[in-house]
Amino acid sequence: MSKRRGGGESLPVPVLALAVVAIAFFALPLIGLLWRAPWSNAWTYLTDDDALTALRLSMVCSLWATGLSVVFGVPLAWLLARGTFPGREAVRALCTLSMVLPPVVGGVALFFALGRRGIVGQYLDQWFGITLPFTTAGVVVAQTFVAMPFLVITVEAALRQLDTRFEDAARTLGASRWYIFRRVTLPSIRPALGAGAVLAWARALGEFGATITFAGNFPGTTQTMPLAVYLSLETNPEEAIVLSLLLIVISFGVLVGLRGRWMGRAEANMATVVP
Amino acid sequence: MDGPGRSEHGNGGAVTLSAQIGLQLGALDLQVDFEVQPGELLALLGPNGAGKSTVLRCLAGLAPIDSGEIRIDGTIVDNPVTDTLVEPEDRSVGFVFQNYLLFEHLSVLENVAFGLRARRTPKVSKAKARSVANDWLGRVGLADYAHQRPGTLSGGQAQRAALARCLATNPRLLLLDEPLAALDAGTRATVRRDLRRFLETFDGMRVLVTHDPVDAYALADRVAILDAGRIVQIGTLAEVTAHPRSRYVADLVGVNLVAGTVAGGVLSTASGATVVIADAPDGPSFAMIRPHSVALARVPADGSSTRNAWRGVIVDIDRLGDRVRVGMAGQLPLTAEITTGALDALALQPGEDIVASVKATDIEVYPS
Repeated sequence: MSKRRGGGESLPVPVLALAVVAIAFFALPLIGLLWRAPWSNAWTYLTDDDALTALRLSMVCSLWATGLSVVFGVPLAWLLARGTFPGREAVRALCTLSMVLPPVVGGVALFFALGRRGIVGQYLDQWFGITLPFTTAGVVVAQTFVAMPFLVITVEAALRQLDTRFEDAARTLGASRWYIFRRVTLPSIRPALGAGAVLAWARALGEFGATITFAGNFPGTTQTMPLAVYLSLETNPEEAIVLSLLLIVISFGVLVGLRGRWMGRAEANMATVVP
Repeated sequence: MDGPGRSEHGNGGAVTLSAQIGLQLGALDLQVDFEVQPGELLALLGPNGAGKSTVLRCLAGLAPIDSGEIRIDGTIVDNPVTDTLVEPEDRSVGFVFQNYLLFEHLSVLENVAFGLRARRTPKVSKAKARSVANDWLGRVGLADYAHQRPGTLSGGQAQRAALARCLATNPRLLLLDEPLAALDAGTRATVRRDLRRFLETFDGMRVLVTHDPVDAYALADRVAILDAGRIVQIGTLAEVTAHPRSRYVADLVGVNLVAGTVAGGVLSTASGATVVIADAPDGPSFAMIRPHSVALARVPADGSSTRNAWRGVIVDIDRLGDRVRVGMAGQLPLTAEITTGALDALALQPGEDIVASVKATDIEVYPS
């Protein structure tokens, strides 16, 4: 491998050309937004009550979805990585289906499961008076549905690569399985857990299809940022541009900020498979 | 805890480790039976894949056995017949793993305190656990490294930290899996000496797994030779090497081992070779032939006092200083050790035919 003193490896020209096209493909939409952004009115749009409400709702719902994904996704990942039961592959496929499913389909499916007439939803309504569709809780459910698989597959890959002899060592030192899970297993997969949580959060923040299908589009209760952007595109394109830029800045900031902390370490430590 | 201890060994009811292990694990068929007395160190020595580490995993409870029984201090910890199985976390066993397996997300001190904190009985406070761990770090000479990450330790230091982590929980049985294999050759001798010193302070039972006879020689009271899941020989290293009973030990000691049946002063091997021997009772036997007793010649030596002469083909020639080891394949494969002068005089090359001969009086025969 011939390396120039300056740094990188010299790439074949066709590969380099295609890579540059790919970069442009990702950069151009951003430049388009920046170019058309109404900079003089930007502050007005950003401090607009509706925009702030949508932003707050997006943040609250996506963080709840991330939290739920961690609480339920880590045990699920553990089961998929360590469990030996018939049909494990089928269970894995089922639990990661929503990654490849069109989100609208996911929303429709949620509706027939958890809606007021749904298979489970009707009892939630009758027995507990809980209605999920068209509520903020519904937004969280829809976001969790599409986001959790990202955490599950990241954490599962890390658990598979973990040397189980460390857990054996802990057992011979007198640790119970629960103690080992908390004190040995979880700390060992922390980089992957962080990476998975960031991926799940980013997916939840950008969630549109399942949310609008299952939870609707009510300002203040279910209208998250992506929904607000989509709607304002019809009525006020300038506002749509500003809100889009805000989402981009937040997402970009989190990715860059956490990359060194979580994802970089995840790559360095265990080459976690990230989709 | 010495109430139901097995006292038939006549040492005042002293407690022991007694293991009869039967376990089928993939291609490995493990059937071993041994005992270890308090204060004794038994080394399991054998080639890779012999099942040495699996024996340790059985003793620790990480691999439940299929048949047999394991007792520690007279307490049955594993018996499939009575469905008794004490989980690893409830056994009084310390395990120093190969590569030591220190927890990288904890400091050296927290590693040593881990076992004290993890055990539910007796419940130990964090401060108490840390103080005990600090004592142990001092004892193994790592007090200055308490707050470092294990990754910053050298191989020898990591081994001592792993040992302290085990001993802090005060186990009755200490298991060591290849404790020196992860070290480079330069530091191994020093670390081995230190390990020996620390092991001498531990009065429980100890079982060590190694593939290096030097470790066994330096650390063990007794050696069990494990080959393909069976103990082929057990005793002191001197006893074991004096009369090899397996190809592995013979190679270790560097002698030729011929297995066969003695009848009327002649030992016949399975491949049909016959070896005339001085005097030995009839029956299945081993014949040990030292390489320097083997003479090589280009033509059959007849009419001499040598009755034992076998034809073969030279397969390898290894020079070791002024001595040369010549390997011969044939009906009776043998290794001869001759001087470089003799080699030059014979002008031997691999692939050439040769005749090897041994005097009957130079062959040691013992029943198998």
